[in-house]
Amino acid sequence: MTTTIDPPERRETAVDKLRNGRAAVADRWHHAPRWVRWVLLAAVIVFFYALPNKEFYQYLGPIPTPGANFTQVLFTVSIYVLLAVGLNIVVGFAGLLDLGYFGFFAVGAYTVAVLTSPSSNLKTLWPWLLVVPIAIALTMVSGVMLGTPTLRLRGDYLALVTLGFAEMIRIAAVSSTFLKGQRGFSEIPHPPGKYADGRPFFGVLDARPYYWLVLTLIILVVIGVRNLTHSRVGRAWISIREDEDAAQLMGVPTFKFKLWAFASGAAIAGLAGALFAGKQNFVNSQNFELLNSIIILAAVIFGGSGNIVGAIVGGGLVAYMIERFRGIELFGIELYEYRFLFFGLVLVIMMIFRPQGLIPNRRRAAEFKDRRKEVIVGE
Amino acid sequence: MNFDGLFSNFGELTTTGLTQGAIYALVALGYTLVYGVLRLINFAHSEVFIAGAFAAIWTWNGFGLDQNSQVSGVGSILFYLLVAMIVAAIASAGTATVIERVAYRPLRKRNAPPLAFLITAIGASIAISEAFGVYTRRLPQGAPSLVSSKPLFHVAGVPIDSIQLLTIGAALVMMFALDQFINRSRTGRGIRAVAQDANTAALMGVNKDRIILMVFIAGGTMAGVAGLLYDVRIQTLTYSVGFLLGLKAFTAAVLGGIGNLRGALIGGLLLGVVENYASGLFGSQWKDFAAFAVLVVLLMFRPTGLLGESLGRARA
Repeated sequence: MTTTIDPPERRETAVDKLRNGRAAVADRWHHAPRWVRWVLLAAVIVFFYALPNKEFYQYLGPIPTPGANFTQVLFTVSIYVLLAVGLNIVVGFAGLLDLGYFGFFAVGAYTVAVLTSPSSNLKTLWPWLLVVPIAIALTMVSGVMLGTPTLRLRGDYLALVTLGFAEMIRIAAVSSTFLKGQRGFSEIPHPPGKYADGRPFFGVLDARPYYWLVLTLIILVVIGVRNLTHSRVGRAWISIREDEDAAQLMGVPTFKFKLWAFASGAAIAGLAGALFAGKQNFVNSQNFELLNSIIILAAVIFGGSGNIVGAIVGGGLVAYMIERFRGIELFGIELYEYRFLFFGLVLVIMMIFRPQGLIPNRRRAAEFKDRRKEVIVGE
Repeated sequence: MNFDGLFSNFGELTTTGLTQGAIYALVALGYTLVYGVLRLINFAHSEVFIAGAFAAIWTWNGFGLDQNSQVSGVGSILFYLLVAMIVAAIASAGTATVIERVAYRPLRKRNAPPLAFLITAIGASIAISEAFGVYTRRLPQGAPSLVSSKPLFHVAGVPIDSIQLLTIGAALVMMFALDQFINRSRTGRGIRAVAQDANTAALMGVNKDRIILMVFIAGGTMAGVAGLLYDVRIQTLTYSVGFLLGLKAFTAAVLGGIGNLRGALIGGLLLGVVENYASGLFGSQWKDFAAFAVLVVLLMFRPTGLLGESLGRARA
């Protein structure tokens, strides 16, 4: 990778230095021998498996959250990471703007709740593990149903329709008697599994097993998504993102692949929703505020859309930062109250100075650079 | 399905729907103007509306009026309304200007992709809304009841009160003024030119940045008046109401044909009426659901809206 020379009128600023430093790190990573990369990756994975143990995280200084149970926070963060990986397929690879991604999460969680909870009207009381594939399939179907009419439209209309969809799901959850609104569904069964002494592995108090489960699933999903993006499907997605008309002319069935991206993204959200319901034991309409959809989208863009590592880092950082504000007081004000204010400002500043995200996809970064050089009349 | 509820209250549902729709229409104008010129969903426009609504309430508070005070005399009521309207319009236009300067212009200079604009818009929207939330401690703010909600007269058995008259009347007047501004004035011609073809307009000597700023100011003024009317009508304001109202106003803009000023009026009124009928039919908790269902169905069958997209194609 060669370093590019900036136009002469730009001075080297602190931002540039940071940018070059990051480029150097990325450069080293790409040129390291394969075994070094594997060892480092394994170390990172082991670190994240060890993270929720108190014996480990108490030595990590400022990382554990003071205002909340750190293991619980880690579970929340891991769910956000899973969602970010899923949304990255839709936004990052296929370039479709989905503002209602959390709606699919809600579909997954509610499917589990309706089919397993004793407080549901259906009284099916199926075990959790059986319902998870059903939840994934149902969210996928809802993705196809929503995508079929809307994916033919222009990008910003898609954004609006998805936003409307998420809001409709939320309103249905609040208002319909079948979905029980605020009262919600209780006693949703936990995932199965027992310790040797007969205690259930997935209990109420300890969030660690759930975190490990989600972490494992994240790794599996990432492997799957990675393979997918290196296949014909992934190339089709990227060609659609770069130029849909050109892709169509080259013989890519764009509508089909857009629908695939939409559906697979939805399926991952459904999985996340099912996991959330299994952990939480309780699902009601308050879990699915519209802001969450926007937070996940922002996380993907923040991390670097089109790049799986970027999406993971973005999802993790954004979810963690929001929780990290809890319980901190600065000059006598509770910072947690200001968390979304900061979040909004960070989004604006980020888009102005680094629109490609923290860890961008190389091709996208080049595209952004290219656009900057294009001449615009009258500016 | 409660058809009796719908038919027995049909008249009242229509008038309240038209009143609410007039507010949607005014906010929708801001979306439609910005979209027509920049091809950009100004997600932060809901916060432009909220800024105006808060400014109006704080103006009344500045005169020593709170939600319990009674004002009598047509002259003083008109005075309070007029002052609050001017302040609200200035506050909204100012907020819109700040958003355009801080969030959009730097991106335009860098020729950023459309996605980046949407993200900054969302960021600005969240930041402004949260700033109001923190400042008001997330408590609802009360507005004085300046205009009486007693029925003024009856049309075919349907009571009409002065709030409804004021809201619809003010919205129509503002719409007419904006329409004249866009179609008659020199700046309006510039706006239409930039909407048609920004680069050619710039080559013909139109100052694109100034025109874009004017568009934001015009949209902001409309949103400010909408904020005032919202205060008069609902008499209480929470920092978070802007989001849903903004989304519905955008729906209204799409419904009428985004980029089309008259479409925004028709879309707004229609949306207000339709969601009121739906609430009569299914119960009021399904009101918002109906609004979005309209949007989804509309985009499936007629994505260009009822009147088509046409700020650029308007009478040149």
